[in-house]
Amino acid sequence: MKEKSTRFSAVWEAIFKFLTHGAGVFILILLFSMLGVLTYVAWPSIKKFGLSFLWSTAWNPVTNQFGALTTIVGTLVSTALAMILAVPLAFGVAIFLTELSPTVLRPIFSVAIELLAAIPSIIYGMWGLFKLAPINADYIQPWLSKHLGFLPLFQGPPMGIGMFTAGIVLAIMILPFMSSVMKDVFEMTPKVLKESAYGLGATTWEVVWQVVLPYGKRGVVGGLFLGLGRALGETMAVTFVIGNAHQLSWSLFMPSNTIASTLANEFTEASSPIYLAALVELGLVLFLITFIVLGLAQWWLNRSVPKEAR
Amino acid sequence: MRPRSQGTRKVINFLSLLASGCAALIGIAFLIWILWDVIAQGISAINWQFFTQLPAPPGIKGGGLANAILGTIIITIIATVLGVPIGILAGTYLSEFGSGRLAATVRFLSDIFVSAPSIVIGVFVYAILVLPMHSFSGLAGGVSLAIIMIPVVTRTTEEMLRLVPNQMREAALALGAPYWHMVWNVAYRSARAGMLTGILLAIARVAGETAPLLFTALNSPYWPQGLTKPMANLTVTIFNYAMSPYSDWQAKAWGGALVITIGVLAANIFARVFIRSKKNKG
Amino acid sequence: MSRFLPEGLNAKIEVKNLNFFYGKVQALFDNNIDIAEKRVTAFIGPSGCGKSTHIRTYNRMYSLYKDHRAEGEILLDGKNILADDVDLIDLRSRVGMVFQKPTPFPMSIFDNVAYGLRLKGRFSKSELEDRVEQALKDAALWDEVKDSLHSLGTALSGGQQQRLCIARAIAVEPEVILMDEPCSALDPVATYKIEDLLTRLKERFTIVIVTHNMQQAARVSDFTAFFYLGRCVEFGPTDELFTKPKKKETEDYITGRFG
Repeated sequence: MKEKSTRFSAVWEAIFKFLTHGAGVFILILLFSMLGVLTYVAWPSIKKFGLSFLWSTAWNPVTNQFGALTTIVGTLVSTALAMILAVPLAFGVAIFLTELSPTVLRPIFSVAIELLAAIPSIIYGMWGLFKLAPINADYIQPWLSKHLGFLPLFQGPPMGIGMFTAGIVLAIMILPFMSSVMKDVFEMTPKVLKESAYGLGATTWEVVWQVVLPYGKRGVVGGLFLGLGRALGETMAVTFVIGNAHQLSWSLFMPSNTIASTLANEFTEASSPIYLAALVELGLVLFLITFIVLGLAQWWLNRSVPKEAR
Repeated sequence: MRPRSQGTRKVINFLSLLASGCAALIGIAFLIWILWDVIAQGISAINWQFFTQLPAPPGIKGGGLANAILGTIIITIIATVLGVPIGILAGTYLSEFGSGRLAATVRFLSDIFVSAPSIVIGVFVYAILVLPMHSFSGLAGGVSLAIIMIPVVTRTTEEMLRLVPNQMREAALALGAPYWHMVWNVAYRSARAGMLTGILLAIARVAGETAPLLFTALNSPYWPQGLTKPMANLTVTIFNYAMSPYSDWQAKAWGGALVITIGVLAANIFARVFIRSKKNKG
Repeated sequence: MSRFLPEGLNAKIEVKNLNFFYGKVQALFDNNIDIAEKRVTAFIGPSGCGKSTHIRTYNRMYSLYKDHRAEGEILLDGKNILADDVDLIDLRSRVGMVFQKPTPFPMSIFDNVAYGLRLKGRFSKSELEDRVEQALKDAALWDEVKDSLHSLGTALSGGQQQRLCIARAIAVEPEVILMDEPCSALDPVATYKIEDLLTRLKERFTIVIVTHNMQQAARVSDFTAFFYLGRCVEFGPTDELFTKPKKKETEDYITGRFG
């Protein structure tokens, strides 16, 4: 037997520590350099428009006047619409998966939901363009204008392409993700807790509403915020169907824009340096908005983890 | 006491469960509807040419998306080669040395990073690679996907390494193993199935990404011509073709959508089956 | 000349005024013990009394964790292993350890036993095979696994896994073997096999075993230390400690009045 040198081993140990720590720090550097680089490239626009960039509705590549308000509003409205539609559905799906579906089928349903969450968003966007938009234009939007047309939200030409369709496609896209998060939270309720509620004569709904939901409240809220963060930054599900028009309108039927869809549509066409800088500044705004929302979600979720579970 | 009516409670129970069942039905129906359309429309667009030929010019029938499929594979490989090692190392850092403030920050930020808007990562890579190199490139596309991968791989690696019992680590160290040796030969080995699954899922996720490629890899009607040139890829091609007015291109977009969907779902299913069979072996 | 051992016995390890802290919480108070060379020393006491904490200082396992801290002296062959300049890798190849739950590595039986050997140096293939075979024989496992050396160590039964871990520990020829409740996860038959093994291994190794099973301590050990609330209450030859305990707490514990 030949003795192994311990010095050789110490070198490896140092390399190992350096590489792992370095990779960890790299993630920090990456994030901060993203902020730095985006700010740097957007600087001409930040300097020229200042804070008014955030509340200006101008978007004119010819006169080089740019403002973010229409796209910020578009991002928020499309996300809000998606959340209004998707949250109740996700809630229903999660209850169905954990409490109602036959036990044999549960693993199959769960895997199916997770697989659907893995489908690339471009598929949802494309489907929205070719399949959902025509149906909206021909049936749903005319019906809504006829019966709810007194609301400004549902006035305007039923074109199919616009905020309304974008919101629906976005909702369908985040549905599997939010359902599977909620399902995981619901499954964490201890069986004993549920059984003791049933033992007192509670109905299934009462158990869900009074035991399961309060128990997983923090997880559900955190999951919703994660879904919100994803919806805000989603590009492809929206870009196909939103119509790419820089205008503010009360009507959900009008073509509109989000930050992400504007970037997707116009970035490679940016003809002047200030145009490009304005687009990058849009990206920076989106980055900050999602960062705050996701940061809040993580902070909330981390806080909710009991100490002994860590 | 005024007794509550059992009947009312039962009716409420029935109605709310009915509502949740309907919600589930609506949700699942939509998803099946989408899958069905992708399969039905996609299959008719797919033939041998689709996988072997270059795209035909607008308006002319025939041709395929072979260059885009190849490009997506190349870009995904670049992303994997760059992203996976960094992700594994960072995950190792979090699990093996991650008790301090710095580690908590890294963990928090990677959790955020996992869901960060991918299009902004595209803008970032545009600024650091495309602008200085004066050209869109497959390399830039690969780098942007790698950045998306890193936090995903980091977090799954950490989670899987945390499942390795501490006594296993101590047992190796008690034999006089240096820390790196223990991690490499014992911890990674124990966590192997889970780590591979995480990596596979991360690859599947970035392979379907479109937004970060729009202005990094761009697209191209030709075969890939080196990493520093714009590179055709499936997702951007789907986007461009679907938005085009030519029905033949739109059909090709459906074909591409089917290929991507099958690829991503297959990777997901394989990863799940793989981890399950490994688990059963113990 | 040893402090606590009978004439003629050499102290392999001398523990002097050992105090141990988990952060701000003190877990060991002023422990003083001698571990006799090539004998079995058992640590007994109720759960949480510090016996596991104590044994984990002998190979500095606690050094893995940031806020764990030991004060005092532990002399291994006269040299203080708590000193900062001690090479932990070297220390741990001299002081082996077997844990409460079997910890086979996710590799073949052969590779499990060879793991420590390969760390220590380069062996020729035949040399390695001989050493692995010898270790498995010493651990009384050879006959059960000689036809399946290349199947996974994790596929063995609990008792076999624990003997595999013992084989792995003795393969590197340590001077001391620490055993932290090695039988607590095993059934009586497997336990018997390991106890039987201990009496044979003590001819070659100094063995320290933590157990909460007093019968086991009485059966296998030459010396016994009784721990209570982080103090080493009594230490002495096993037959004396069990028949004529000097301290009230020891007597209460071994007669089953608490713990």
